[in-house]
Amino acid sequence: MDTGVTRNLLVLLARFFSGASVRWIDSQPDTCQRVYFANHTSHLDAIVVWSALPQRIRALTRPVAAKDYWTAGRIRRYMANRVFNALLIDRTDIKVHRSPIDLMIQEIGNRYSLIVFPEGSRSSGREIGEFKSGLYHLCKKRPDLEAIPVHIDNMNRILPRGEVLPVPLLTCITFGPPIWLEAGEPKVEFLRRAREAVCRLKEIGA
Amino acid sequence: MWDWKTLGLVVGVLVLLGVATAVLHFVRRRVDTGLDTGVIETFRVRVRAWWVLFSVVAAALLIPSPIATVVLFGLISFWALREFITLTPTRPGDHRALFWVFFLCTPLQFVLVGMGEYRLYSIVIPVYAFLFIPARIAIDGDSKRFLERSAKIQVGLMICVYCLSHAPALLTLPLPDDGWGSHARLLFFFVLIVQLSDALQFVWGQMPRGHVIAPSINPAKTWEGLLGGAASVSLVGVVLCWATPFPLWLAAIMSAVIAVMGFAGGMTMSAIKRDRGVRDYGTLVEGHGGVLDRIDSLCFAAPVFFHLTQYYLWLTGT
Repeated sequence: MDTGVTRNLLVLLARFFSGASVRWIDSQPDTCQRVYFANHTSHLDAIVVWSALPQRIRALTRPVAAKDYWTAGRIRRYMANRVFNALLIDRTDIKVHRSPIDLMIQEIGNRYSLIVFPEGSRSSGREIGEFKSGLYHLCKKRPDLEAIPVHIDNMNRILPRGEVLPVPLLTCITFGPPIWLEAGEPKVEFLRRAREAVCRLKEIGA
Repeated sequence: MWDWKTLGLVVGVLVLLGVATAVLHFVRRRVDTGLDTGVIETFRVRVRAWWVLFSVVAAALLIPSPIATVVLFGLISFWALREFITLTPTRPGDHRALFWVFFLCTPLQFVLVGMGEYRLYSIVIPVYAFLFIPARIAIDGDSKRFLERSAKIQVGLMICVYCLSHAPALLTLPLPDDGWGSHARLLFFFVLIVQLSDALQFVWGQMPRGHVIAPSINPAKTWEGLLGGAASVSLVGVVLCWATPFPLWLAAIMSAVIAVMGFAGGMTMSAIKRDRGVRDYGTLVEGHGGVLDRIDSLCFAAPVFFHLTQYYLWLTGT
């Protein structure tokens, strides 16, 4: 099937399953280079955030996803590579001389934006977990990237951990105002600030 | 295609909606009418919802077979159910039960309605799904708030799917004049009376010094609103009697019953919303009420209107 058709179909499907409620709070969709960072509760998170973006921005945005999950099976591989152009990271084989951060920076060049999930693995859904340091290193090497907090509500109920079949409840995707890494800001401080930005969006949504 | 009676009913409603829209434009442009802006906003949301509701129902009824209408109501049910369950706290242990509720029970109910299998669709959800839901949750092994969780899913399925499915089921009743037009008119009459009784109860509820029925549930519902709405919608029923299979007196009683059931639906849904601490069920269009907010009275009135009509048809021997 034509990739463009599949892409639009997948977006429609993702919007249908997630209920298509998208909000931008103190923030605007823009094609400038950004890194969207979101809480992580389900395998569908990457697709749902990606589908929530307007089309011209979507074309320039690549979700960062786990290689082991998205290369298992032909359909997933096709979707990750051809449909939403995911940047697949090998979680089991991280080399020192070629870290995932370097790979991300190389892949986005001065054109693409990224969707990342700094919690690393999926949380249970109630609490947002501590952020891993990847987001900090990314922002340190590319301080010009706007970091946009994103909160995904209810996704853990649509497809909880360990389930295969989704239940079509309504989610709400909230995009917040950008943050930047301040000059000389310590890692712990930045990650705390980033996590709070997502938590704040959660409270607004409640 | 439609006969002149059906056409008259549908065109009449569309003209009425046009008038309502015109009045709305006039009122919104003037600031000196002394009307509460909240009332105008409520009216605006209602008028918009009516346009959508009546256009899609009319469009579905254009096709002289129940299928399009059954599919339409199936989709409305599906959306209402997802709004209901989204606002109901569930636990991961409910996931499998919910999957079957959404993808088996809901479509099956409407398939059976479309086939006119009354003996099946009247019991599949209240008996079989009712028993299945708690059993499936129990198998997942999470006992926390077990009864509450089962009941919430059961109630959602009953109100959003079972009750609402009785509206398109009107198309499968054996009417004395067995043409498509009389079936389409019966459903259209029902939807119209439900919506009018909602609106008339709201208007009567604006009367000063009204007696609010339960302030903590819904401060807008008053005894004056209920009685005034039921009485005036009975008159509408009499006027529209020609469109129904009922005699004059019965059209009036049916309309009054619809009004009371619509009121009961509104009150029940308000109570659920207050308990969950929300004002509306969804944000389908820029912060307005969701599908469930618009169809609560339809859900409650549909099975009662269906059964009364069926009983009347049985009594008169058709």
